[in-house]
Amino acid sequence: MASSQEDVTLLGAIGSPFVCRVKIAFKLKGVEYKYVEENLANKSEQLLKYNPVHKKVPVIVHNDKPLAESLVIVEYIDETWKNNPILPSDPYQRALARFWSKFIDDKVVGASWSAVSTIDEKEREKNVKETFEALQFLENELKDKKFFGGEEVGLVDIAAVYIAFWIPMFQEIRGLDLFTSEKFPKLYNWSQEFLNHPIVKENLPPREPVFAFFKGLFESIFASK
Amino acid sequence: MVEEAKVVLLGSGFSMFGMRAKIALAEKGIKYEYMEEDLANKSPLLQEMNPIHKKIPVLIHHGRPICESLIIVEYIDMVWPNNSPLLPSDPYHKAQARFWADFVDLKVYHASRRVWISKGDEQEVAKKDFLESLKQLEEFLGDKPYFGGDTFGFVDVALIPFYCWFYSYETFGNFKVEAECPKLISWAKRCMQRESVSETLADEKEVYEGILDYKDKFMLN
Repeated sequence: MASSQEDVTLLGAIGSPFVCRVKIAFKLKGVEYKYVEENLANKSEQLLKYNPVHKKVPVIVHNDKPLAESLVIVEYIDETWKNNPILPSDPYQRALARFWSKFIDDKVVGASWSAVSTIDEKEREKNVKETFEALQFLENELKDKKFFGGEEVGLVDIAAVYIAFWIPMFQEIRGLDLFTSEKFPKLYNWSQEFLNHPIVKENLPPREPVFAFFKGLFESIFASK
Repeated sequence: MVEEAKVVLLGSGFSMFGMRAKIALAEKGIKYEYMEEDLANKSPLLQEMNPIHKKIPVLIHHGRPICESLIIVEYIDMVWPNNSPLLPSDPYHKAQARFWADFVDLKVYHASRRVWISKGDEQEVAKKDFLESLKQLEEFLGDKPYFGGDTFGFVDVALIPFYCWFYSYETFGNFKVEAECPKLISWAKRCMQRESVSETLADEKEVYEGILDYKDKFMLN
């Protein structure tokens, strides 16, 4: 029996929110895995072999079979290890969970990153506005639920780790207000619940080195003006 | 006897995303009402059912909307599992299918758009990116008759609607897909033998005329 203790490797990078999604999913299922830290400035042969298409992290290798793309990986984890379900079983609720996770990738990640990293002021303002709009949709979607997944953490919560941990860090470094408790009270409360969830807490990256990394990155972006 | 809940699909024109939903419904033999949207003048129904993106396709089942074409296809596959399963049952192959379907959206779609929209150097880059993405798909296809293996599946549904746009890309970009990706064209012709595909895909010349029309109306030359 038991497909649970098998050969599982995760190729990742410490500062990546996408890698963090996969770590949280593995831990929710109690799956042990081997972690390999990639240097993205000097990608390993292993990474290039296992993700020749995008050459990005996260990549998992399960019994010698590689998979890439964080949300594809999280769904795979959910389907392979059946305990503590991450996606709902009802087809409509499943479609909604996928919709909102995709929404985060398509509408929140890009706009918010551009808002903090774009030199051109007009572009930046446009992206700030888009980020606000996107976060407002999520605020409305949350309603009175503890998590997007209901009483338990689900796919959308995992996808939204970027909002809970990374956006606040970016806005602190750049002195910009994107995600505040005043503007988005429900989403803010959600983020505190989520960050304090015992499994999530254990699997967030250490703040200091990640903060330092992004601070250095923003400094070099804005220095080359 | 319980009446089947009504199924409605909102779509528009030559959208390859709308075609994905139509093909999936046809593969499953589901009767549905199709409503053509004028995207320059969006209906109250579309705005109510997809307030976030206001885009098509939207599938409405039991009065509830499902948005985003690949999410719609997965929903259809799950709700009507008996005919023509589109996703493999094995989790790894299922994940691979999702990866490659996402690849079509991430790489094929965006490059293909740039091919017919841009000119000069930009267009050359777009052509290169577009053909590169098709070659990567061809490599994944290998010697299989379909991306789904022996049976028509999720990635086939995701990609085949683009086939009726190839003529337009080739005409605007002055190249032939078959010259670079012959296996992919064989695959496409094989898919076209399926009624669900041949009845759904638009006429390629009409797509071309449609793009000329669009460029005329909305783009400065």
